[in-house]
Amino acid sequence: MARLYEYQSKILLREGGLPVPEGAVASSPAEARAIAERLGRPVVLKIQVWVTGRAGLGGIQFADTPAEAETKAAALLGMKVKNYVVERVLVEEKLAIETEYFAGIIMDDEAKAPLLVFSSVGGTGIEEIARRRPDRVVRRLIDVRTGLRGFEALNVVRKAGISGPALVPLSDLLTKLAAVARNADARSVEINPLVRTVDGRILAADCHLVVDDYAVYRHPELGIEIAREFDRPPTELERIAYKVEEKDHRGTFYFLQMADQPEPDETLIGFHGAGGGGSMMSMDAVLARGFKIADYCDTSGNPPASKVYRAAKVILSQPGLKGYFSSGSGVASQEQYNSARGLVKAFAEERLAIPAVLRLGGNCEEEAIRILGAYLQDLPARVEGYGRDDPPEKCAARLAELIAENRGAVHEIRPMEEPRLPDCAYTFATLTGRLSIDHSRCLHCASKGCLEACGRKILEADAEGLPVLAIPEAEAKKGKCTECLACEIFCRFHEQQAIHIELPIPGLKEYRDRLRREMK
Amino acid sequence: MAIFVDEKSKVLIQGITGREGIARTRLMKDYGTNVLAGVTPGRGGQDVYGVPVYDAVEEAVENVGPIDASVIFVPAAAVKNAALEALAAGVKLLVIVPDRVPIYDVLDIAAAAKDAGARFVGPNTLGLLSPGKAVLGMIGGRAERAREWFQPGPVGVSSRSGGMTSAIAYYLSRAGFGLSTIVHVGGDSIVGSSHPEVMELFERDPETKAVAMFGEIGTTQEERVADLIEQKKFTKPLVAFIGGKAAKSGTRFSHAGAIVDGNRGSYESKVRRLREVGVHVVDAVADIPGRVAGLLAGNK
Repeated sequence: MARLYEYQSKILLREGGLPVPEGAVASSPAEARAIAERLGRPVVLKIQVWVTGRAGLGGIQFADTPAEAETKAAALLGMKVKNYVVERVLVEEKLAIETEYFAGIIMDDEAKAPLLVFSSVGGTGIEEIARRRPDRVVRRLIDVRTGLRGFEALNVVRKAGISGPALVPLSDLLTKLAAVARNADARSVEINPLVRTVDGRILAADCHLVVDDYAVYRHPELGIEIAREFDRPPTELERIAYKVEEKDHRGTFYFLQMADQPEPDETLIGFHGAGGGGSMMSMDAVLARGFKIADYCDTSGNPPASKVYRAAKVILSQPGLKGYFSSGSGVASQEQYNSARGLVKAFAEERLAIPAVLRLGGNCEEEAIRILGAYLQDLPARVEGYGRDDPPEKCAARLAELIAENRGAVHEIRPMEEPRLPDCAYTFATLTGRLSIDHSRCLHCASKGCLEACGRKILEADAEGLPVLAIPEAEAKKGKCTECLACEIFCRFHEQQAIHIELPIPGLKEYRDRLRREMK
Repeated sequence: MAIFVDEKSKVLIQGITGREGIARTRLMKDYGTNVLAGVTPGRGGQDVYGVPVYDAVEEAVENVGPIDASVIFVPAAAVKNAALEALAAGVKLLVIVPDRVPIYDVLDIAAAAKDAGARFVGPNTLGLLSPGKAVLGMIGGRAERAREWFQPGPVGVSSRSGGMTSAIAYYLSRAGFGLSTIVHVGGDSIVGSSHPEVMELFERDPETKAVAMFGEIGTTQEERVADLIEQKKFTKPLVAFIGGKAAKSGTRFSHAGAIVDGNRGSYESKVRRLREVGVHVVDAVADIPGRVAGLLAGNK
């Protein structure tokens, strides 16, 4: 879920015609001073981070003069709060609050409709207040066909026990809030507190809006970097992984780092799941075995081999791993040889020296397990493939045995290799990479098995018997070459190592180089 | 009998000429699903594995007659329009396979489906399969696998995970228990037919004697199944597994969510509520067939 900062949420409210306090966001003390000067009255400075209870953490400060605002901003900016470093403060007019309310819109999964929640009591500890005063909390489903109509909003406010001058402005605000939520594709939006000031103004004093991850593409104006919810800023590796996902919509690739430094007695492993439910079940199984997982990764939805490859390369960019565990539901509908080939290319490049247990049950699992067995025999560590009849608990136990046999050796992060191909190599672009064939090596090839291996039969022999594209280059680039990696793997292990498919992962080379320097 | 679909259901495929559309048309046809037509705007006149392609759902209906179910494979951004088009053409069941469909689009589809008296499964679903009769979506991947893995019989499966739908159904079949219908309700937070709605259909299906359910942390689906049982609206034996026991809770409840749902959505809440009403909650998926065996033996 893509969370917006308070100041961003308030911009959306203002654009939607809702009253918000006057102010602006500052990322330097001088900017904070300038905003306070412009406002010309006492201000409040609020740190812009995704934590609750900012006041208790010292993240909300008041200033009577622009000079004081500058000093206070200097103290707040750069402050470390939980997992965040404060980069911005919101500078707003200081409010003299008379009454606090609460307004929010969330998704009701039972009714399949947005649900408005309004409370005539609000502020810190709203959940507790709502429990004690259920009569003050009113809920109403919003019909998406009409939006929240004026009279409906009025009845909500009225039923929460409000009459008099606040009734109409509050109702009007709720109607507009429902429209803002819809226009921003908000999965949830909350104004807490919603206040009435001593001079009678109704204002959204704080606001949190979460944009639906799946609708972020409709909102380039929001500048959301990663359309997923984190309880901390994304790590550099997560950013790298997200860029892969953003550019390739065949199947999904989700990557989240879980642990930085394991305790000396803990066994850290790379975790590579497939499918939400299967991944979760598999993670439960490895955690129950006492492993610590470095990451939670999920490649599913029939991803191409190239995506699984990239996921494995990202997972193997984490220090301290003693094993690699891959497991999904066990009965995948997708053809599992794609995953197997992606893993073979990654593991072979890495010359993997930690054991891997790969539970690849599902369609064509026999072929997938055969691929692993045929091509990963010569690695320094054991790689074992399992199928649909092997439960995750058994596979987790097997990984523990293999790690013990391997004496707990730790994965070494290698520099990313540059392909070494002559400039004259035959080459064409694929959807997310580039396939190159060194035809000078093909002259020594007897089998031309790459033609046979090609899943989509897009390679053919030219007049001299050399493998070339059988379709226009533009078609290959559009996705006719599915990046199944079968030709490269055949050539690498059976023939002349003439074929290389370059699948760039922007930023990973620099990331690994830096990590290696730091570890020295 | 089965729920949602049988061998007679007349089926349409929207987005039939895309990567997934082509591959799954083959699966559905080979499995015996009664696929009558496909739709891809601009590709009318072509055919995919012998299935005629039309430019619009309305045109398909004009040519092949009323359609019972449409399976949708169009890109996420085009799902809402495709779903509304099918509903407008009188289709009463939609299976929405794509994931990443924006929530407000799903809400719009839900409202339109309600008005039309129609149901939908998904989005983000592998679909559903009634063994020996029909498959809608992509469960099994290939027809020969689907026939090998899923045997017909008395057990229904409802799952929030696509892979686990297949896994549980396979483990049950391997243990000698056939299946009435297996349903992947979809992986998203808002889905057309959630667990409780599927349970109500299983309740009415005379062939279904017991149900296995794969739940997950998040949403209120499993708690609402417990509510149904408490209200005696679902009375058949139920075995459940809830995934995410050890998962670090990724979803922080919003304040409004906490006000409305309290603790609903957590692993503990789901297991407690289900056990309170007599559901057999197992700790490992592999234990499901054994539990089902006991229930079927003990149950008339």
